[in-house]
Amino acid sequence: MDFGRISKRQLLQGSAALALGSTFGARTAFAADTTIGFIYVGSRDDYGYNQAHAQGAAALKKMSGLKVVEEEKVPETDAVEKTMESMINLDGATLLFPTSFGYYNPHMIKVASKYPKLRFQHCGGLWTEKDPKNAGSYFGYIDEAQYVSGIVAGYTSKSGKLGFVAAKPIPQVLRNINAFTLGARLANPKVTTQVIFTGDWSMPVKEAEATNSLIDQGIDVLTCHVDGPKTMVENAARRGAMVCGYHVNQSPLAPKAYLTGAEWNWEALYPKFVKMMAAGETIPNFYRGGLKEEIVKVSPYGEAVSEQARKHADDIKAKLAAGGYTIFKGPVVDNKGKAVITAGTERGQKDPELEKMDYLVEGVIGATS
Amino acid sequence: MTSEVADPADAISISPAADPGFLQRYGGTIEYILIPGAALVGALGVFGIFVALFGKNPLDLYFYMYQGAFGTWFSWQNTLTRAAPLILTALCTALPAQLGMVIIGGEGALLIGALASTSAALAMPSAPPLAVQLAMAAAGIIAGGLWIMLSGALRQYRGVNETISSLLLVYIALAILNHLVEGMMRDPTSLNKPSTREIGAANMLGSIPGTDVHWGLVFGILAAIASYILIYHTVFGFAARVAGGNIRAARIVGLGVGKLILTICFLAGASAGLAGMVEVAAVQGRTNANLAAGYGFTGILVAFLARQNPLAVIPVAILLGGIGASGGLLQRRLGLPDASVQVLQGIIFVFVLASDALYGRIGFLKGKS
Repeated sequence: MDFGRISKRQLLQGSAALALGSTFGARTAFAADTTIGFIYVGSRDDYGYNQAHAQGAAALKKMSGLKVVEEEKVPETDAVEKTMESMINLDGATLLFPTSFGYYNPHMIKVASKYPKLRFQHCGGLWTEKDPKNAGSYFGYIDEAQYVSGIVAGYTSKSGKLGFVAAKPIPQVLRNINAFTLGARLANPKVTTQVIFTGDWSMPVKEAEATNSLIDQGIDVLTCHVDGPKTMVENAARRGAMVCGYHVNQSPLAPKAYLTGAEWNWEALYPKFVKMMAAGETIPNFYRGGLKEEIVKVSPYGEAVSEQARKHADDIKAKLAAGGYTIFKGPVVDNKGKAVITAGTERGQKDPELEKMDYLVEGVIGATS
Repeated sequence: MTSEVADPADAISISPAADPGFLQRYGGTIEYILIPGAALVGALGVFGIFVALFGKNPLDLYFYMYQGAFGTWFSWQNTLTRAAPLILTALCTALPAQLGMVIIGGEGALLIGALASTSAALAMPSAPPLAVQLAMAAAGIIAGGLWIMLSGALRQYRGVNETISSLLLVYIALAILNHLVEGMMRDPTSLNKPSTREIGAANMLGSIPGTDVHWGLVFGILAAIASYILIYHTVFGFAARVAGGNIRAARIVGLGVGKLILTICFLAGASAGLAGMVEVAAVQGRTNANLAAGYGFTGILVAFLARQNPLAVIPVAILLGGIGASGGLLQRRLGLPDASVQVLQGIIFVFVLASDALYGRIGFLKGKS
């Protein structure tokens, strides 16, 4: 709650500085008519990764003195370099949000070096010391929200079998699968999560096939980590299974089947960035956080979520938001029986070991390769 | 242009013997410029109506398209950068078309070429940059060439339809690329974006001096000119066109049709493979899934719009590069969705194909008949 007060104060400072800057014209880098460019890899109404960012952009559009320009379906090639430059040269953008992971290296780094006075904010948490100082990268520990989703899923599943439609066996995805499963096992220690990797970020046909095959195996609660969860959510709901969402709130797609979900909270973070810049503060080049920092959030519970599940999930959510709870706490055994985190070891949110995760925890049915 | 054409046409109608040579000699060329030009104008007109239906001013549309594609020096560079890979991938369809073959697998040859050229660079870490670049080009050309030659061989020796086989080979190429990039060739530090190791900044192809357009444009133009000379000014090219016109007749006069098919397919694949090498050496610096950006598929469109003429591929690639470059501005200024650019491409495609029926039917261009 303390956090809320701080951010409100920052807000006041921020808007005051914004007004001052524009009055005196002193802060050329951040005048009243600042143009901000958003670049998406897919379509901005995908009920997923890109829509989450577009919601953040929409929050900026509501702030006065800002102009937001958006471009969607920009591939991770030199096309994105040209899109950034086009926004800079033709629209006068001074702050850019190239939101896809693959935009960073080499594309955004190249453009950021070419325009050292402009600010670039990339989603992915990839910034290192050797990268340009005007290039920032941020990301959220969304596994915290997945953990809470897992608790709800664990209570709701009647068969004790959960399903996970995943894109690629990379650390970020594995971390979500593991956190979801560990959460579910708090609710029901016998729960299993069957995972299917589709091989790519946006494969609607394979995602639908995976969803159907999981449900055919008796799985009754599903979640996913792909760019557009729409396919999984709609198909699962049609088949009578329950779902936990990802990226944004998908409850409009399946109001009855939607339990909860792990969401990005870009609509809170982006205005914060803009206010920091307007106040003359430097945004840290490497900016990460979880529930506590309000970078991720948990969707409101659906009607099918039991009282017991709500209580347990709320309890853990409050602990995570307070910052005193560790998800990856030893002993953790992987699904081949190997101890991956020994007893007594706590791997907190920011532990670099978690960034290299290459295992699936006990209870997950599936293989990383 | 219209007036230039109209004058001699009028002259003919008055006195047919005035200058029949001019139109007999150049009538065909004028036709090749006039008909696609008119098709383009017609397509833009229809697209204008389409956009007007959504309440946008078509004149704004044309202005932004012009501004985004050709209006400034930056826009020109944007257009040319996007055109660069398309010239090479279009040749992958245009060359086999001389033999009457429809090859649509340029994307696969591009990916395999990229993979081979990256492997070549990584295999010689201490060689001087020029040697590395030459080895990369050779590897890309040979690997891409063999890839499409496979389709040619399947057609020649097994009677497999080359359109289907080349398309299916795209998915095989993509699977091989993903397999190697996520397995054997993976840079262990590329955690969440599986990629090969980088070829090194020193080995990168720079930009054409004075621009930020990479050398792929020059390679593409040279390859297109070389292809044109090969097809229209050599015995080999003549043989290919004879075989393309009537394969039985070609066999009867003793042309080695099998050899023609394999050679042309190799050259076609080689140009797409070179495009893959350029994408690695000038843009991405390594191989990963970003390379599957669809240049191979857009190349098919370019080849058909150019009516499979290797020389016409150059302006058509620039036109489509321009549409791509201005597409961003249409999204940003007019709020049109990304799909509107695809609608425009589709309309142009339909108009150009339909206008095929006009060749040889425009009376005043026939000269003395």
